[in-house]
Amino acid sequence: MPVLTLSKALNTGMRRALEDDPKVVVMGEDVGGLGGVFRVTDGLQKDFGSQRVIDTPLAESGIVGTAIGLALRGYRPVCEIQFDGFVYPAFNQIVSQLAKMRARTAGRLSLPVVIRIPVGGGIGAVEHHSESNEAYFAHTAGLRVVCCSDPQDAHWMLREAISGSDPVIFYEPKRRYWTKGEVAEDATDSSVLAMTKARVVRPGTDLTLLTYGGMVQVCLQAAEAAVEDGRDIEVIDLRSLSPLDAETITASVNRTGRAVVVHEAPTFAGLGAEIGSLVTERCFYRLQAPVLRVGAFDLPYPPAKLEEQFLPDIDRVLDAVDRSFAW
Amino acid sequence: MKPVQLLDPAGDLHPHPDWPLDITPELTRDLYRKMRLARRLDEEALALQRQGELGLWLQVLGQEASQVGSITGVRASDHVFPSYREHAAAMCRGITPAELLIQWRGNAHSGWDPERYRFHIYTLVLAAQLLHATGYAMGVQRDGADELVLTYFGDGSSSEGDANEAFNWAAAAGAPVLFFCQNNGWAISTPPQIQMRAPLHQRAAGFGLDAHLVDGNDVLAVHAVTRGVADQVRSGSGPAFIEAITYRMAGHSTSDDPGRYRTDSEVDGWRTRDPLARMELLLEKQGWSDAAYLSELDLECKELGTEVRRICKELPLPELDERFDQVLAERPELLTEQRAGYRDLVASFVD
Ligand SMILES: Cc1ncc(C[n+]2csc(CCOP(=O)(O)OP(=O)(O)O)c2C)c(N)n1
Repeated sequence: MPVLTLSKALNTGMRRALEDDPKVVVMGEDVGGLGGVFRVTDGLQKDFGSQRVIDTPLAESGIVGTAIGLALRGYRPVCEIQFDGFVYPAFNQIVSQLAKMRARTAGRLSLPVVIRIPVGGGIGAVEHHSESNEAYFAHTAGLRVVCCSDPQDAHWMLREAISGSDPVIFYEPKRRYWTKGEVAEDATDSSVLAMTKARVVRPGTDLTLLTYGGMVQVCLQAAEAAVEDGRDIEVIDLRSLSPLDAETITASVNRTGRAVVVHEAPTFAGLGAEIGSLVTERCFYRLQAPVLRVGAFDLPYPPAKLEEQFLPDIDRVLDAVDRSFAW
Repeated sequence: MKPVQLLDPAGDLHPHPDWPLDITPELTRDLYRKMRLARRLDEEALALQRQGELGLWLQVLGQEASQVGSITGVRASDHVFPSYREHAAAMCRGITPAELLIQWRGNAHSGWDPERYRFHIYTLVLAAQLLHATGYAMGVQRDGADELVLTYFGDGSSSEGDANEAFNWAAAAGAPVLFFCQNNGWAISTPPQIQMRAPLHQRAAGFGLDAHLVDGNDVLAVHAVTRGVADQVRSGSGPAFIEAITYRMAGHSTSDDPGRYRTDSEVDGWRTRDPLARMELLLEKQGWSDAAYLSELDLECKELGTEVRRICKELPLPELDERFDQVLAERPELLTEQRAGYRDLVASFVD
């Protein structure tokens, strides 16, 4: 099995999709000759031409709006938004058009459009280059919102997103782009975990950490550190943020009796609130403590020199774990 | 339309009937000095980024004439809405190296008081500032003030919806705003041919803007055209548009690899049109630069370099704690609780 970086795994995922289906097109700012600012589309235009891998004008609303038109015509656009903070000009097209077309046409029209968004911080970037905006999209019915966290998932979730019939907001955690891992490119679909499923990345018995994206690694490290305190912590990578895999989440919390949700996005009205509510409703009699949340502070993303303090880290996760056990 | 040019790359002057300019030694030296200082700041900032002292730097290399010519063509009382690369223009307004660098060091999101310099903070979301400029100009119009608003943007940004909404709105409202596009050939890796079919100044005219095209590497032409157009706008003739054809000889940013999309020969071609070089030739040919002037300027540049290196490392570090007071004018209760929790956690690590 080849060992690839997460960014290369996405690249080969798109390559496979372009090979398998002539209707797939990749589009976005600088995705062609440059290969994208994170090089995720590197070499694709060279091999598939500028009709399949399209350098678009600098216009996010235009990227998503024309992708909708292309999809209505039978194409499968895979759009790249250059940075999370630049998706807002496309927000209207995403939430009021892309998400709603199927319901508006009583199920007659599907829009198989994938919108890839590098997400989150931890790379010391300037303003608008580190935002976690998943809650905006998860709040909108009609979109699938997923987030990968390792190369294997990146590759397969992207292939599944592209070949599916629904619009997908596909998040790629920037701080993980350079992480390496094995990727089973030739696995059969049935041997690969569906993108709608959450995954137990570390089994444990005492508490469940529910997380995704760039925080999966932080939670794994926190779980390792907690071993010293005699705590056996389970870590779940949610993968699908909307819809949530309620089954995997509740099965875990029903076993452990404690849950802490960890995400990079500000805490208020973040996904943690939704997950906390879901767990409370479904696992109420098993819970030993309220579901706790660890997120970024409710502040605009600060300048780079402050991001380490702003974002959740192992200490903040362990502090929440302690608070849960102290209940 | 042919770009207006007053000074060619060989350093020869070509008076233009529509854009008269009294080309004095003082004016020439002043514009040249401003460009030299901007270039020096750019070089130092690049070096600082390479040494890890700045997180990112967006070079202005090659665009000095467009910025210095235009900012000196409006009055100090006119409000400016820049994009994120207007360091040369900012310096002309007196914005200090410390105020410019702090954002790129990652210590703050902005470094200066926009009212003090009548120069708004940088905008990283492309084209957003064009609408702010338009709205500000609508305010100027309502107030009946003798001002205009100058706003900067790039060729790539002109593709955004916000840019086109601003052109249309400003024209419809007759707002006193001067849109200044630095067409520097590339939007990261994307050339203008991918952004547009109609030349920008033509599109602007289609929106009803009074549109002009100028050689953006000729500081005298940019200065003359901006001054002339600004007078028109100030007299109530409605918004205007200037497209300056220039070239950014550096990559998009210090994270960019321009070798992936453009050739050395293209860059070399533009080097022969360096905006500073032709001013040097002019000064020399006219006998307007003597050894004293040049060595004084060299010294000034050197001092600026030293100053930039010194202040960069001394820029004050931000405190997360302060951020809690900067979100809303009145801090909400929940945020106060959150801050207290953060303080407790930090305090618990002290031992
Ligand atoms: C809305 C938005 N989309 C994407 C970006 C990322 N980005 C930053 S600069 C840039 C290219 C801008 O080109 P241009 O407007 O020509 O200005 P230049 O940098 O060449 O001066 C891009 C795509 C952004 N800052 N904002």
